[in-house]
Amino acid sequence: MEFAELIKTPRADNVVLHRPFHLAVEGTLCLTGHHLIFSSRRKDNTEELWLLHSNIDSIEKRFVGSLGTIVIRCKDLRIIQLDIPGMEECLNIASSIEALSTLDSVTLMYPFFYRPMFEVLEDGWSSFLLEQEFELLSSVTNEWRLSCVNKEFSVCPSYPPLVIVPKSVDDEALRKVALFRQGGRFPVLSYYHKKNGMAMMRSSQPLTGTNGRRCKEDEKLVNATLRSGRRGFVIDTRPLTVAQQARAKGGGFEQEVHYPQWRRIHKCIERFNILQESFIKLVEACNDQSHNMDRWLSKLEASNWLTHIKELLTAACLAAQCIDREGASVLVHGSEGTDSTLQVTSLAQIILDPRCRTIRGFEALVVREWLQAGHPFQQRCAQSAYSNSKQKWEAPVFLLFLECVWQIHRQFPCSFEFNEHFLILLFEHAYASQFGTFLGNNESERAKLKLPQKTMSLWSWVNRPEELSRFQNPLYEANSLVIWPSVAPQSLQLWEGVFLRWNRTSRFLEEAEEERIHIIKYNKELQAKVNALRRQLAEMETDGEVQQDGP
Amino acid sequence: MEHISTPKILHHHISSVEKLPLTTAGYPLLIHCKNFHVAHFVIGQERDCHDVFTSLLKLSQPVKPEELYAFSYNPKMSKESREMGWKLIDLKLDYQRMGIPNDSWEITDINKDYEVCSTYPPEIVVPRAATKAVAALCRCSQPLAGFSARCLEDEQMLQAIREANPGCPFMYVVDTRPKLNAMANRAAGKGYENEDNYENIRFKFIGIENIHVMRSSLQKLLEVCEMKSPSMSDFLTGLENSGWLRHIKAVMDAGVFLAKAVREERASVLVHCSDGWDRTAQVCSLASLLLDPFYRTFKGFMVLIEKEWIAMGHKFSHRCGHLDGDPKEVSPVFTQFVECVWQLMQQFPCSFEFSERFLLEIHDHVYSCQFGNFLGTCHKEREELRIFEKTHSLWPFLLQRKQELRNPLYRGFTAYKELQPNTLPFSFQFWCGMYNRFDKGMHPKQCVLDQLLSCLGHKVTLEDNAAELENKLPILDGPLPSKGCTSPKAGAAAAKAPTPPQDCAGGAAPVLSNGPSLGHQKHKESPAQPRDLRASREDGQAQHQE
Repeated sequence: MEFAELIKTPRADNVVLHRPFHLAVEGTLCLTGHHLIFSSRRKDNTEELWLLHSNIDSIEKRFVGSLGTIVIRCKDLRIIQLDIPGMEECLNIASSIEALSTLDSVTLMYPFFYRPMFEVLEDGWSSFLLEQEFELLSSVTNEWRLSCVNKEFSVCPSYPPLVIVPKSVDDEALRKVALFRQGGRFPVLSYYHKKNGMAMMRSSQPLTGTNGRRCKEDEKLVNATLRSGRRGFVIDTRPLTVAQQARAKGGGFEQEVHYPQWRRIHKCIERFNILQESFIKLVEACNDQSHNMDRWLSKLEASNWLTHIKELLTAACLAAQCIDREGASVLVHGSEGTDSTLQVTSLAQIILDPRCRTIRGFEALVVREWLQAGHPFQQRCAQSAYSNSKQKWEAPVFLLFLECVWQIHRQFPCSFEFNEHFLILLFEHAYASQFGTFLGNNESERAKLKLPQKTMSLWSWVNRPEELSRFQNPLYEANSLVIWPSVAPQSLQLWEGVFLRWNRTSRFLEEAEEERIHIIKYNKELQAKVNALRRQLAEMETDGEVQQDGP
Repeated sequence: MEHISTPKILHHHISSVEKLPLTTAGYPLLIHCKNFHVAHFVIGQERDCHDVFTSLLKLSQPVKPEELYAFSYNPKMSKESREMGWKLIDLKLDYQRMGIPNDSWEITDINKDYEVCSTYPPEIVVPRAATKAVAALCRCSQPLAGFSARCLEDEQMLQAIREANPGCPFMYVVDTRPKLNAMANRAAGKGYENEDNYENIRFKFIGIENIHVMRSSLQKLLEVCEMKSPSMSDFLTGLENSGWLRHIKAVMDAGVFLAKAVREERASVLVHCSDGWDRTAQVCSLASLLLDPFYRTFKGFMVLIEKEWIAMGHKFSHRCGHLDGDPKEVSPVFTQFVECVWQLMQQFPCSFEFSERFLLEIHDHVYSCQFGNFLGTCHKEREELRIFEKTHSLWPFLLQRKQELRNPLYRGFTAYKELQPNTLPFSFQFWCGMYNRFDKGMHPKQCVLDQLLSCLGHKVTLEDNAAELENKLPILDGPLPSKGCTSPKAGAAAAKAPTPPQDCAGGAAPVLSNGPSLGHQKHKESPAQPRDLRASREDGQAQHQE
């Protein structure tokens, strides 16, 4: 297919761009296969706006006489308006944008056409390999092994080729366990707590069904993570009733009789459409410009967004507590094990593992616990909060995770190597990107699409020193402790950086950030200078002594 | 008493004491404080519990003003410094700063015997019947107009205010009450100005609710804050139902309206509510903060409170319940003002010289009665109580603690002139640091403010160290035999390659021939770098002051 077929009017002049908190600018609008480009013609203000078509969530067109107006709502939640003279031009442009922003085929997406303008210092596609992760693990314990039972994605289509499992369980057993777990997602290692040797595993629900099927290999596999005589905790992200209902559809949960060493705790983490609706309601509330406080608070409450945040953090704290405080191993799952499960396991690691709070470690966490673990990014992030079309599998699961990290970050502002912009960057790129990192739903699909060969990885770009410096937190001081966030409603805030980003001026907050960076940088420079002077003086003193002794 | 009362709770801070039902541990007492501390005590014996209960009730609300802490507080300070302390904030100086007296405005002592108005200070600023001036912010109480009565002198006074500002043909009269309330007051013989009787005046009602609504709103808010592990929904619904943020927004909106009228329309504004000492004080002081960066400094904020609150007769004693009195007179009017300032700090983090801690400190002392400033209800009463002779002023004590109360992000006096805050509802946050201040678990576990303050603290030491070290270097160089040697040594040292002294004594070693210039450069450059930084910062400040 040629993009040109979809672009009936590639260019329009005298277009006026409106954005909140900016003066309206007149300029030229161009459409390309992947971008909407607006450039203002005035010489003193040669501003350009490049918008990926894939970032466009919905468009709306209106006419007043022959002046057409297109309102574009983006997946990063920004809203812009274009006034286009000429009814035909406007209609053409609107229909082109509509078609180009809803392309069906992944291989037509921009990452397959993007040619980077920077030198690749390190290929992000191979920056985070499970082998490296396993090597680190092997230096502290020999209870685990790297299994390539899923090499051809034949045992579990949503797992990566390599997984870490208890050493005492062989591949044959794994194949049997895979048949007992939904989608073949048998329990694998998610996190190993070096401090006390406890493990966090994740999987999907067991397929017990109504007649209580069991699987000896499954029991053996999960029990392999227990110390003798110690209990473990199964954290089921569904309420008990939902887990019970799941049995009718062939699913289920670990029953006490067959898993006597495990205590099951049910949490209530919402799924799919409930989350997506919550997201839509929250964004709508944030865009409501009426000046009524009661209405805002009641809409904020009714969106339930912060409730989901609180529930998630609570579940993550519980998992972390079982491991660190109770000294118990933990198995986390919901139904499919691709959404709420990953939210809980990755957040628990943020709490427990200082490495996950570094930039590199956080990237590794996203790769390991989200991309490789088979969170279906392409399905979940196909639409954002403005889309008019019917929802299918969309849900802001990853955004909720990022926001929870932000909430913890806010409570421990000195314990993270990265800043808020880094989290926002990941949110943006999960929904629309020039990089191939978040395309596909799992490693199997990524392999089929040959993404590592055909597209650039986000990590190749973001880990370059000049990019990285924008995402560093000046206050960071490595903190090796477990960090327990407060989940009291008073401690949780709306993530303004994402939800109010386009609804207010950020100048004053940016200036404050500059000031913080300046203070800390200057302090470090001074300290370095004093140290250098001291050294210099000490050296001179020794020199002087020798001199005085000399004659 | 000493055996139960933790020294951390001042008796004056106690707002209520409650006996709770007996538990296995003993007899519980629940103490609510005016600074939102909630304390739980369990006492073994019922008798003891009752004794403590009655003593606390008495001690927390003395009947006579002389029993207030300020009259016995003795920080071991000389009489002179105590008196100096009271002179620290001089309102005349602030008027001078604004260029008053001038052709249009004069300071009059017409009220020196409090005959004109018992709640105004002896000296007030009034318009001269003259020609040239700029927009001004004035305040008064509601006119005693009723429906038909009118007062020619009042109308003339307003005209004088308007004429004092020839830049704008009209002036605003802002009534901070909801229109409904003002109409009700009119029926009671008071009310609002009749537009027909006043020339070129635009009237504006801004709906800030009365002290009773505010008191009950705070009560509801505190109940929400004290809920035991509430759900998010409980909390947000409670927050909404308390109406607290709605009221905060109303006060802020009023302040913004005032500031905008003065700034953009260059109109003079006369502000009043019913009595002129509650809502009027809130919005006038807020508008001043928005318009004038001076009030965002330590000194300026003290002046603002002295001028708009203390001098103009905000009845601290009644509103804060310092003495055993009518509980219906108690209202968090000042707390709301303090919160508005905090909300501004959230939006403009670099524009205040002081941090949240300064606000909390002032808020604490408004209730503590440890200092004389907030005792009584007006200047006249304070003179009668002889607070200027018998008590201490809070301000010098706070200024002494400037280092810990300052805002490390402050960008100086003229970095921001007028503030134009966003008043959309989402711009207002719940102030956990105030209303859940003593629930440490809810606050961020790492404090950026402390971190930055310690950086700034180190900064001075480090700069001193650097200067001292720099001074030492040439001195050490001094006794060395030949001039030629000193530089290579410095150079060598800077290059971190200690040179054997023999070489140096030789002086002519070819290795060292590059030394001097390199050494000089190094020697000059390294100290210059931070100094440049510092200079540029100070330059910035200096420019601001021009």
